[in-house]
Amino acid sequence: MKLMKFAAASALAMTVAGGALAKTDITLAMQLEPPHLDPTSAAAGAIDSVLYSNVFEGLTRFAEDGSIQPGLARSWEISDDGLTYTFTLAEGVTFHDGTAMDSEDVKFSLDRARAEDSANAQKALFDSIASVEAVDAQTVKLTLSEPNGSMLFNLAWGDAVIVAPESIENIKQQPVGTGAFTFEDWVQGDSITLKRNEDYWGEAPALEEVNFKFISDPTAGFAAMMAEDVDVFAGYPAPENIPQFEADPRFQVIVGNTEGETILSTNNKMSPFDNVKVRRAMAHAIDRQAIIDGAMFGLGTPIGTHFAPHHPDYVDLTGMSDYDPEKARALLAEAGFEDGFETTLKLPPPSYARRGGEIIAAQLREVGIETEISNLEWAQWLEQVFKGKDYGLTIVSHTEPFDIGIYARPDYYFQYDSAEFQEMNAALSAESDPEKRSALLEDMQRLIAEDAVNGYLFQLAIPTIAKAGVRGLWENAPTQANDMTGVYWEE
Amino acid sequence: MRASRNLWLGGLLTAVFSLAAVISFAWVPYDVTKLDIGAKLLSPSWAHPLGTDHFGRDILSMIMVGARTSIAVAIVAVGIGMALGVPLGLAAAARKGSLLDEVIMRGNDLIFAFPSLLIAIMITAVFGASAVNAIIAIGIFNIPVFARLVRGAALSLWTRDFVLAARVSGKGPVRISAEHILPNVTNLLIVQGTIQFSLGILAEAALSYVGLGAQPPLPSWGRMLADAQTMFSFKPHLAIFPGLAILLTVLGLNLMGDGLRDLLDPRLRRAQR
Amino acid sequence: MLRFVLGRLVSLTLSLFVASVVIFLFVEVVPGDPAAYMLGLNAQEDTLEALREQLGLSGTLWERYSSWILGMLQGDFGTSYTYRTPVAEMIADRMWISLPLALYALALSTLIAFPAGIWAASKRGSLVDTGIMGLTQLGVAIPNFWFAMLMVLIFAINLRWFSAGGFAGWEAGFWPAMKSLTLPAIALALPQASILARVMRSSLLDTLGEDYIRTARAKGLTRAQALWRHALRNALIPVLTIIGLQFSFLIAGGIIIENVFYLPGLGRMIFQSIAARDLIVVESVVMLLVFAVILVNFAVDIAYAVVDPRLRVRA
Repeated sequence: MKLMKFAAASALAMTVAGGALAKTDITLAMQLEPPHLDPTSAAAGAIDSVLYSNVFEGLTRFAEDGSIQPGLARSWEISDDGLTYTFTLAEGVTFHDGTAMDSEDVKFSLDRARAEDSANAQKALFDSIASVEAVDAQTVKLTLSEPNGSMLFNLAWGDAVIVAPESIENIKQQPVGTGAFTFEDWVQGDSITLKRNEDYWGEAPALEEVNFKFISDPTAGFAAMMAEDVDVFAGYPAPENIPQFEADPRFQVIVGNTEGETILSTNNKMSPFDNVKVRRAMAHAIDRQAIIDGAMFGLGTPIGTHFAPHHPDYVDLTGMSDYDPEKARALLAEAGFEDGFETTLKLPPPSYARRGGEIIAAQLREVGIETEISNLEWAQWLEQVFKGKDYGLTIVSHTEPFDIGIYARPDYYFQYDSAEFQEMNAALSAESDPEKRSALLEDMQRLIAEDAVNGYLFQLAIPTIAKAGVRGLWENAPTQANDMTGVYWEE
Repeated sequence: MRASRNLWLGGLLTAVFSLAAVISFAWVPYDVTKLDIGAKLLSPSWAHPLGTDHFGRDILSMIMVGARTSIAVAIVAVGIGMALGVPLGLAAAARKGSLLDEVIMRGNDLIFAFPSLLIAIMITAVFGASAVNAIIAIGIFNIPVFARLVRGAALSLWTRDFVLAARVSGKGPVRISAEHILPNVTNLLIVQGTIQFSLGILAEAALSYVGLGAQPPLPSWGRMLADAQTMFSFKPHLAIFPGLAILLTVLGLNLMGDGLRDLLDPRLRRAQR
Repeated sequence: MLRFVLGRLVSLTLSLFVASVVIFLFVEVVPGDPAAYMLGLNAQEDTLEALREQLGLSGTLWERYSSWILGMLQGDFGTSYTYRTPVAEMIADRMWISLPLALYALALSTLIAFPAGIWAASKRGSLVDTGIMGLTQLGVAIPNFWFAMLMVLIFAINLRWFSAGGFAGWEAGFWPAMKSLTLPAIALALPQASILARVMRSSLLDTLGEDYIRTARAKGLTRAQALWRHALRNALIPVLTIIGLQFSFLIAGGIIIENVFYLPGLGRMIFQSIAARDLIVVESVVMLLVFAVILVNFAVDIAYAVVDPRLRVRA
C-alpha cells in the first residue's frame, strides 16, 4: 500500500533525522467544541466530528461518498424476509484499554442505545431492532420486528458506535473505542489531542498525533489559518474569505457537499401559512441565487425540494418555484392578502441563517410580507421553534442524511399534515425494489414542492481550508466526521 | 481657554451625529432596507462615499440610520437611570442614616457589584435580544450612578441656610427636595448625564456587537462591526467607518461633558485644571 | 472601629445573600431546556426526561437553590451539565487565563497611566498636557473590541508579530503564554489606562493646590520637587481606589475581549455556558465574580476607614 510505505518511510526519516521529513502531526480546527465525548448520548455533531471513525467505530461506517462500508463487522448476511441480520466481526480487535472487542460488546452497545432509559439522541434508529444476540465471540445476530431497508445505514451513524462496557462510567471524559487513534487529552475550551493507536486492528494511519482545535469565532478562525497556527479548518465558517485563501499558494480550498438541506421552515398550521397559496407565493418571492451569493458568497446548490442534489434519486424542481415577485403578489392577492401580512422570522446562530434571514426578510418585504426578525441561541431556538412551534418562519439546515421522512410526521415542527405523503412514506419503508423506491421518492419530492411546505433554498456546502501539503481529507460530509485515518502530509 | 475649546469640539461632533440621525428620518442617500447583492462590498466611491456592505447597502446611509438607534437607546437608558436614580438619591439624602437610606445605598452597591456587561447579556438571554431589552439592561446600571451623585450633592445642600429656612417655614422633606434641592443639582445632572450618555453609546455598541442589541433590519453600529468581522481583512472600510462613528460620537459627548462641567460648575473647575 | 467593621460585615453578608437569590432566579427563568439542547432535533420525550433526571433538573426551586448554596459554601460548585466535570475545576482552569490577563492588563494600565498622569500634571497647561489629555479622551472613547480588531489586522494579519488569538498554554513556557496575552491585555488596558491617567493627573493637581504644598514651595522647593516629595504620596489614595475597582472590572470585562482573541478564559466560558444553557456554570461564575467585587468594595471601605477616621461615620 502506498499509504503504508509512506508511513514507514516517514518513521525511517524520523530516526535518521534532518532533511525534508514529512510532518506526522496535524492541527485541525473546527467551529464547535464537543460538550462531552460520548457520541451515543448527545446530538452534538461536534462529538462525531472529533471521534467518528478516529476513536470509535461501528459495525458499518460511512465512506466519503456516503456509501455504507464494512466497519467492525467485516461481512453480514440478511435473511430473505429481511428480519434477521447476522454480522461477522473483525478478529483481533481490542479496545484502547486493552480489553478484547467481541460480540458481547456489540450486544451491550446496541442494547444500551435502545434501552428504556437510554439517553441516545437518535434512539429512533434502533426502533425496529427486536433483539440482539451474541451467537459466538465473532458473530452477532440482530432480529428486527419489521423489515427495515436502512438498517445498515442506521448502524453506520455515530450514535451506533461500539463502546466498551468497562469504560462506560467515564466515557464522557475518557472515551475508549477501537479506532486508529486513542484519546489523549482535552483542554476544555481549547483543544482535544488524539494519538496513533499502535495496536490498531486495521491499516495504520500515517499521522502520529491529531490536534482538534475549537475556534468558534470566524474572525479568529481566519486569523489562525493565516498565521498558520492550524493546518486544516474543517467547515470553515466564513465563505467570504475563500477567495483570499484561494489566492494564497500556502493554502488549498476544498469545497464538498453535505446532507444539509437549508430551508425556510414554515409553520404550516399557523395562519396565513395554512393557505397553500400563501406558501406558494413565498416560494416565488424568494430569489435563491441572491441568497446563495449574499449569504454564502456563492457556495451552495439551489434546491427545489427537500432532497440532496448529489443523491441519485434527486429531482431538480427549482423551476416550480422560480423567482417571480409579480406572481407572488398575484398569489397573495388571490389568497386575500393584497396588502401583505406580518409574521415572525426566528433565526438560529449559524451565518447561513442570520445572513440568509436578512436577505429573505428584504425579499419578502418586496411582495408586502413584513417579518420581525429575532436572533436566537440554539437552546432558545429548540425551545421556542422546534419544541414550542411558536414561530412563523425560521431558517435551518437539516443535516441528517436522507431525512425526507420528517414530512410524514404531523407533529414535526413545521406541522405538515398530508395523508397522501404519509401513505407514500409508509409504502417506501416497506418497499425494497430499487426502481419502485426511486419512483416513490420522486413523487414524494414533487408533492412537498407542490405543497410548498417550506421554502427550499440551497444545499449547504462545506468548505475546508487546508495547508497545501495536506492530503487525504474528506471532501464531502456524508455525516459529521473528520476521518483522519487516511490523512498524510506531502512535501 | 481649553474649556470652551472642549465644549466647541464636543458640541460640534455631537451636533454632526445628532443631525445625521435627524436627517435620516427624512432622507438618506440609499434605502437601508433594500438589499442589492450585486453591488456588495464596493469600496468608497462617488456613488457610495463610504462604500457598501456585504448586502450592497450604502454604509453612509447605514451610519446615519445607525446613529438614530445608538442615540435613542442611550438617551432612553440614561432617562431611566435619571427617572429612578434621582428620586432615590433625593429620598436617601432626605432621610439620611435611616433604614431607607441604608437600603437604597446597599441596593446601589449591589447593582455596582454585578458585572454590568454580563448582566446585560443575561437579561437579553432571558427576554430575547432587542433594542428595548438593551435599553433596560443599560438603564439599570445608570440608576445607582445618579442615585449616588444626587445623594452626595443633596447631603451637603441639606446643611445650607436656605434649606434650613425652608424647614423652619414648615415645608416637608418632599417639598424641600423638589423645590430647593433638585434645582441645585441640575447642573451636576446635566454633566453626569452627558457622560452616561456616551457610556450608553459604548454599551449599546458592545451589546449589538455580540448580537444582543437592536435586531435587523434596523442598522446599528455595533452590528455593522460584527458583520464586518470576517471581511475587514480585505475590505477595511467595512470596519473603519462604523468604528469611527462610535469613537467620534463618544469622544464628542465626553468633550462636551467636560466643557459643560467647566462652564456650569465653577467649583469643579479647579479640580479639573 | 470594631462596630464599623461588624456593621459592614453584616451588610456584606446581606448583599451576598440578595445577590445569590437574584442570580439564581435570573438563571432559572432563562428559557431553554439544557436537556433539549444536548440531545438535539431527533430526541424523544422519554430520552429527555431520563437526561433531566440525570442532571438533577427535576427538584423544586427551593431544593435546587439550597443545594446550590450549601454546596458553594463547602467549595462544591456543582457539576457542569454539558461537560459533566466539577464546575470548581473548570473555574480553576479558566482562572489561569483570566487572572493573569487581568493582572497583565492592570500592570500595563498602571505602567502607562502613572508616567502619563504625572508628566501631564507636572507640565500642566503645556502642549504635553494637552496632548496626553487628548490621547486619554481617545482612549476612553474607543470601543475596545474595535481597537482589538484593528490590532489584529495590523499586528497579527499584516505584520504577523503576534498570533491572532488562542492561548499558547503555560506549559509552553512563560514567555509564549505572555505573548499570547499581550494583544488582549493591551486592548483591555487602554481604556483603563486612560481613566487612570486622568485620575492621577487631577488628583495630583488637587494635592498640589493644598496648603502644605504651598508651604513646601514657599520654603524653596521647586514645583517638581514638591510634586515628587509631597504631592505624589497623597495623590495615590484615590488612584489606588480606582485600581482596586478596575481589577474586578478587568476580570469580568474580559468577556468580549476573550471572545475576540478566543482565549479560553472565564468570560468565554460564561458566553458558551449561556448559549448551551449550562445554568449551573453561569450561576456559579457570576456569583463568584459578584463575590469578588463585593469583597474588594469591602476591603476598600475598611482601608478608607483606617486611613480616615471621619469616614467611619458613613457620610
